[in-house]
Amino acid sequence: MSEKIKHFPGEQVKNIDVKEGRIPAVRHRPNAKYLWSAGIAMSRFLEGLKKGKIVGATCKKCGRIMVPPRAFCEQCFKPVDGYVNIKDTGTINTYSVSYVAGDASRIKEPILVAIIDLDGASEGMGILHILGEIDDWKQIKFGMKVKAVWKPSEERTGSIKDIKYFRPLQEV
Amino acid sequence: MSDVAIVGVGCTGFKSVTPDVSYKEMMFEAATRAYQDAGNISPRKDIDAFISVAEDYWEGISIFDEFVPDQLGAVMGHLFTICGDSIIGLSTAYMLIKTGYFDVVALESHGKPSDLLTLYDVVSFAMDPVLNRPLGGHPFYVGGMEMNRFLCETGNTKEQCAMVVAKNKGNALPNPYAAYGADIEVEDVLCSNPYFYPLNRLDISQPADGGIVLVLASSEVAHKLNDNPIWVRGVGWICETPSLETRCWSEAIYARMAAQMAYKKAGINTPSREVDFAEVDDMFSYKELQHMEALRLCGKGQAGKLTEEGVTRIDGDLPINPSGGMLGMGWPLEASGMQRLLEVVLQLRGEAGSRQLPDVEVGVAQSWRGVPTTTGAVAVLSNC
Repeated sequence: MSEKIKHFPGEQVKNIDVKEGRIPAVRHRPNAKYLWSAGIAMSRFLEGLKKGKIVGATCKKCGRIMVPPRAFCEQCFKPVDGYVNIKDTGTINTYSVSYVAGDASRIKEPILVAIIDLDGASEGMGILHILGEIDDWKQIKFGMKVKAVWKPSEERTGSIKDIKYFRPLQEV
Repeated sequence: MSDVAIVGVGCTGFKSVTPDVSYKEMMFEAATRAYQDAGNISPRKDIDAFISVAEDYWEGISIFDEFVPDQLGAVMGHLFTICGDSIIGLSTAYMLIKTGYFDVVALESHGKPSDLLTLYDVVSFAMDPVLNRPLGGHPFYVGGMEMNRFLCETGNTKEQCAMVVAKNKGNALPNPYAAYGADIEVEDVLCSNPYFYPLNRLDISQPADGGIVLVLASSEVAHKLNDNPIWVRGVGWICETPSLETRCWSEAIYARMAAQMAYKKAGINTPSREVDFAEVDDMFSYKELQHMEALRLCGKGQAGKLTEEGVTRIDGDLPINPSGGMLGMGWPLEASGMQRLLEVVLQLRGEAGSRQLPDVEVGVAQSWRGVPTTTGAVAVLSNC
């Protein structure tokens, strides 16, 4: 029906009118800053990354080797039994190609995100990270073997970004 | 409909900082203790539903519910988060059991204000963005304005408020869960720096980290889990108008009405005679007096006088905040009401150690949601 209406009464309001103060609005930027204590398990994980290692946790009851590590096994509801180093290789469980950034702007070079099941961890456990050294995302395959590419040790800070990205283990 | 009992309690904290653990690890510890206390139940098979009381902005994580199941043993379980005070959480757990669909419910709340670098900026974020925030200032001036009007209308005095601080910090000294126990004089409070007139520095509770988990059960299973169940006799909660411009500045109407609701359910007609002791919100010193009057534990304008006469001391006729309250235990954000519940349960069980009150049967826990809200909740608990 609206197709038949040539002219709607009133003024059209655009986003720019709000931005430029023609429409009453109130601006506020919250000052919300946090410094989360990493705690027992995540501290080990972050310290491991700084040393170029991926740390997992073990539960003797269910026998799982869990990455990322945690202080307690959420299935058995008991403290974990220890921490072990996991290999920095794994297989692609799933992936996506992100063409859009957090602010909804278009990215020139799309970000390749993937869940990587790490070798040595229990089935279906691993890491969310970025894939690199891939020219065309269509070369990505489910089950493809990948390996971590680390920042040089002097640049590592104890962060998930100490791993630059995961690259295909064999040339694609 | 089944009666509802608290059959397990677990606490970790309270401390001014906890850099050694994550919030998840803190919650896991409190939950482990509560489940052990409730007859060593397993959350993986023995608990029917879980409630966590948390606020996204305090946590710094959106949709915080999703970060909760692991550390409570609630993976693949029936869980949701209540944004509000933990006694509102208790009311929800109570209702879940009353429906008959759930026999055992776990209730969790925690606060880790030391993770917040800009704690009071986040409090300011609760102020009206159009009318109040642009004026600036620390949001606790709301407490100063309320104290001023409350004292003016009731005749309670600043000295009597200072007596609350000295009493509560003293009560906190033997409480192993309290972060801010101290042996101080009324004069110390009155001489501490003015912060938001008439509030001085020592009139204000300080932030504290910690977590508490309660396990609730229907009467059918309560006795199987604990020989000494503490019964939830009544719950109530109220939201007043939040507007600073139109609210009542002298009386805590939210506490009066929430108490009315809880007392009615519990069959309490004369609270000043039927309630043996109470744990009330004392975020600011005057709040204890204001809340005592709202809970009808005394007449209007009488709370200060009773405090002065020692009636509200741990050895008085009507002990208020034997735990040390928030002035003594600390302010753990949404878990403040849970601190009140914890102490009422421990006292009614006879497990409060050297601060144990003799012959107590009925205790009241009351919470306020803090600046700048006019929301509060009340629970009436008994051991018989």
